[in-house]
Amino acid sequence: MNSNTSPTKASVIENLTAVRAMIHRHKRNDILFATIGLLAVMFGLLTLLTLFIDLVMDGYPRFNLQFFSDFPSRRAGSAGLLSAWVGSLLVMFVTFFTAVPMGVAAGLYLEEYAPKNWFSDLIEINVSNLAGVPSIIYGLLALGLFVYGLNLGQSILTAGLTLGLLIVPIVIVSTREAIRAIPVAIREAAYAVGATKWQVVKDHVVKYSQGGILTGVIIGMSRALGETAPIITIGALTFIAFLPPSPITTTAPFINFEWLSSSFTVLPIQMFNWLSRPDHAFHINAAATGAIIIVVTLLMNGTAIWLRYKIRKNIKW
Amino acid sequence: MSVAIQVLKDQVPKNIIAMTISPRLAKNVRRNVKERIIELILMLAALSAVFTTFAIVAILLYESLGFFKTVSIIEFFTGKEWTPLFEDAHYGIMPLVAGTLTTSAVALAVAVPVGTIAAIYLSEFASHKAREIVKPILELLVGVPTIVFGYFALLFITPLLQKIFPELPGFNMLSAGIVMGVMIIPYIASVAEDAMRAVPMSMREGSYAMGATRFQTAIRVVTPAAISGIVAAYILAISRAVGETMVVAVAAGQQPNLTFNPMEGAATITAYIVQVAMGDLPHASIGYQSIFAAGLVLFAMTLCFNIIGHIVRKKYREQY
Repeated sequence: MNSNTSPTKASVIENLTAVRAMIHRHKRNDILFATIGLLAVMFGLLTLLTLFIDLVMDGYPRFNLQFFSDFPSRRAGSAGLLSAWVGSLLVMFVTFFTAVPMGVAAGLYLEEYAPKNWFSDLIEINVSNLAGVPSIIYGLLALGLFVYGLNLGQSILTAGLTLGLLIVPIVIVSTREAIRAIPVAIREAAYAVGATKWQVVKDHVVKYSQGGILTGVIIGMSRALGETAPIITIGALTFIAFLPPSPITTTAPFINFEWLSSSFTVLPIQMFNWLSRPDHAFHINAAATGAIIIVVTLLMNGTAIWLRYKIRKNIKW
Repeated sequence: MSVAIQVLKDQVPKNIIAMTISPRLAKNVRRNVKERIIELILMLAALSAVFTTFAIVAILLYESLGFFKTVSIIEFFTGKEWTPLFEDAHYGIMPLVAGTLTTSAVALAVAVPVGTIAAIYLSEFASHKAREIVKPILELLVGVPTIVFGYFALLFITPLLQKIFPELPGFNMLSAGIVMGVMIIPYIASVAEDAMRAVPMSMREGSYAMGATRFQTAIRVVTPAAISGIVAAYILAISRAVGETMVVAVAAGQQPNLTFNPMEGAATITAYIVQVAMGDLPHASIGYQSIFAAGLVLFAMTLCFNIIGHIVRKKYREQY
């Protein structure tokens, strides 16, 4: 080596301190960014927490049984949620029986039956497109098709079908994910002992994907419970001081379907109604309703997430 | 020999041949028919997705056609006033589009920085365990109904903002946009994180081997490599913000207002639809048809963003 270019001792130390300073600076940047990142991630959670505490603090005077057993009223203090929670329950019932059979069947077809051709591609594109359609557009669809086209009116049936269509893509996607996790070997074993396609699907595919499907159904139902825009768009009344006819009667045939065509209100609509009044006393009712909606949807979503976690842990293949 | 068999067969009546089909074979035939029917039913269920899309387009187009019989398309897209329910009716969609774009822009201004940083953190910094805890929490946030966020915007954020900007009106696009931004943070974070995780490990290892820190690797290697996926996340988020209804209907006001100033109140397309649907408009009136025309514009906007987003998103998958 040429000794002329070799650095002096002083400059080596100087370089070394410069390099050390740089390493130090970069490490500090790392820690700094990690902190900012953690804050960014927690930002949403903190907002949710603030929101929930705000709702509970505003709405706590109304947390009593009376609030659940009273009809809406012109006086804020005696207005309750009875017609709203009964309406939500009945609409959810219709939604469940619309979305689950349709979504699961469609998911089964796309994963197990559909050949690879333009026709299947068309269906796939439509499913992923539907998941991105704003919910209020479903409301317009229902207004044109169910309310006036099929003359179902602004009824529980219309609302249930609308929300059903809205959450079908969610059910389809979760069904397909659950089915895809089942190894081909399971199907091959069933075919090897002579099972038909439907027997394989019914006894094995559906059976092993139940948990995953349930997860999607719960998430979809919780979405439907909180949806406001499509139900407003079909023109649901907001002041409902009566209950739909009871589905169960004391005389034969004991089941009554009149409730399907009854007018109704649901929890988020009732909240919107109270929220859009200028009188602050009604805002307290809205806050209490909001807290209830949040608790119910978070419980549902939490159950679904926990369920998915459990399933992932317990996979046996 | 074969002639003899033929003669024999001709002598045997047809129904005897039918009777000789083994029960097993008959069962097979029934089984096959059943299989086909089940497949058909499942296919019909899958087709319902196609049907829904077509029904949406058909209904929107049909009612809008009625609308455009009264209103010229040129007036609809260039008019600066939107007052379909007034005596002196004007049908210019621009104020509603302006309101929609302004609230969405505010939402993105909040969600893009926070969502991107959260995605980088989750993908490059967080430990496996931290990710396992944080991702479900983000998912929970997605599940909160939008009407509740509307309450938050109107009765929590707006009063808070009014302390900073005393002249801020009670209904304004700023607070609605901010809350909408918080709502779409988890969406941007999860789509962008997916894109970053798809970047091959070898690229990070190459960067680390050169002595780069985590931060340098994340910003100069992983982010550029995943940029199309990250941009796709932004575009899909715009589509979400444009279609969002309850927050703007509650907190941004109901008055169509041609302005891009977030400090003012203005109706969005979705808020207008809600406002009309709340009233009791007669079927087939011009006001009734106007919400379908507005809906058509909204549908076209979200569809465009969704398609662009999906195309951009597909690109990064093909890269590696």
